[in-house]
Amino acid sequence: MSQSAVDVPPKGGFSFDLCKRNDMLIQKGLKAPSFLKTGTTIVGLIFKDGVILGADTRATEGPIVADKNCEKIHYMAPNIYCCGAGTAADTEAVTDMVSSQLRLHRYQTGRDSRVITGLTLLKKHLFSYQGHVSAALVLGGVDITGPHLHTIYPHGSTDTLPFATMGSGSLAAMSVFEAKYKEGLTRDEGIKLVAEAICSGIFNDLGSGSNVDICVITKGNKEYLRNYMEPNPRTYVSSKGYSFSKKTEVLLTKITPLMERVEITEVGEAMEE
Amino acid sequence: MSIFEYNGSAVVAMVGKNCFAIASDRRLGVQLQTIATDFKRISKIHDHLFIGLSGLATDVQTLYQRLVFRHKLYQLREERDMKPETFASLVSAILYEKRFGPYLCQPVIAGLGDDNKPFICTMDSIGAKELAKDFVVSGTASESLYGACEAMFKPDMEAEELFETISQALLSSVDRDCLSGWGGHVYVVTPNEIKERILKGRMD
Repeated sequence: MSQSAVDVPPKGGFSFDLCKRNDMLIQKGLKAPSFLKTGTTIVGLIFKDGVILGADTRATEGPIVADKNCEKIHYMAPNIYCCGAGTAADTEAVTDMVSSQLRLHRYQTGRDSRVITGLTLLKKHLFSYQGHVSAALVLGGVDITGPHLHTIYPHGSTDTLPFATMGSGSLAAMSVFEAKYKEGLTRDEGIKLVAEAICSGIFNDLGSGSNVDICVITKGNKEYLRNYMEPNPRTYVSSKGYSFSKKTEVLLTKITPLMERVEITEVGEAMEE
Repeated sequence: MSIFEYNGSAVVAMVGKNCFAIASDRRLGVQLQTIATDFKRISKIHDHLFIGLSGLATDVQTLYQRLVFRHKLYQLREERDMKPETFASLVSAILYEKRFGPYLCQPVIAGLGDDNKPFICTMDSIGAKELAKDFVVSGTASESLYGACEAMFKPDMEAEELFETISQALLSSVDRDCLSGWGGHVYVVTPNEIKERILKGRMD
């Protein structure tokens, strides 16, 4: 049996066997598919005791909103979180991969992960794919050396900043930060500023929308405030709902009853000496 | 024309009270010509897990065969069925593996998890998971399906009402799409039974 007929999972990494066929289809005039993007506004800032990360919750597929409440703040380590913008599959895959690499590293070293370790792992991966893995990330966390905030671009370049924004709504959010950020913010002031920056992205950028997610990381503690603010509730729900007077015509019905799952308990006497 | 519009498809899944429904159209076409009117887009992985695949029909069939193979291996090793969340991660990984030369299909996964809690999710063609608590759609009729489901969906519907809602949403959306339609195929799954129904729709 040839190797290609047996679907044994390969040793990780990407597989390129369908590329030739897809190129052939594109040459014949069929357009390539569009991927789920997280249009996005993602921000981070360093406050007195740590780092606050914020993100909107809209996922778009072209001009259509595919997910009204997706999660863009990904877990990397107990003390490190990462917001992702760009192609959704890439941000999810890259953050999952580096999160598991960080966990293995923690087991090996016996120490808490450092933000700079996650940064280096991410930038090495993204650079090696020369920007084709389209993930723009805001990485923040508090480790033994203090609070850190970094931005990572799809080609692999990084910046270390006291406040950062990424995504299509980054200009809207950055304007709020540039006007109101100061060093030594308290927790509440920081959360208020992050929420304001994300809201300005939600309302002014078409690629961002829905709710505000916030994650506060301090030394030894983290708080993930999912849907911290919901400035866009759905208000047009009809209380009566739809009543279908004309039922759908059914041509064929097949009912398969499922067997009840039987619990097998071992009944018997204990073995005797 | 986009690659997804080569064959045409519409798949939708909805969550009800301890049950879920997954529905698809039945047309298989080659651009504007209809080749078959009984194409199966939704397949059973195990009694409480279904996957509907929209997009290029050849990739739909190939991907389904690969997934059934992986699930059977899992069943042999673990001596139990895969949970829907695990299966969704498996599909996502298989699709992302081909990130730069993807399978040209978008799966819709629907299943009953622990405590008979319904689970639905959809992905784009490279495996970006999109979990939803109400409904998920995919295919050429997806834009109409979004609108129809958004209007017709109610939370905590029982199986019969859920069937009626998903059928009406599917048929009204595919009526507005040239490339999908020719009837509908609906599965409504509760903890005790699977009801498979074929709907009569416009044959144009």
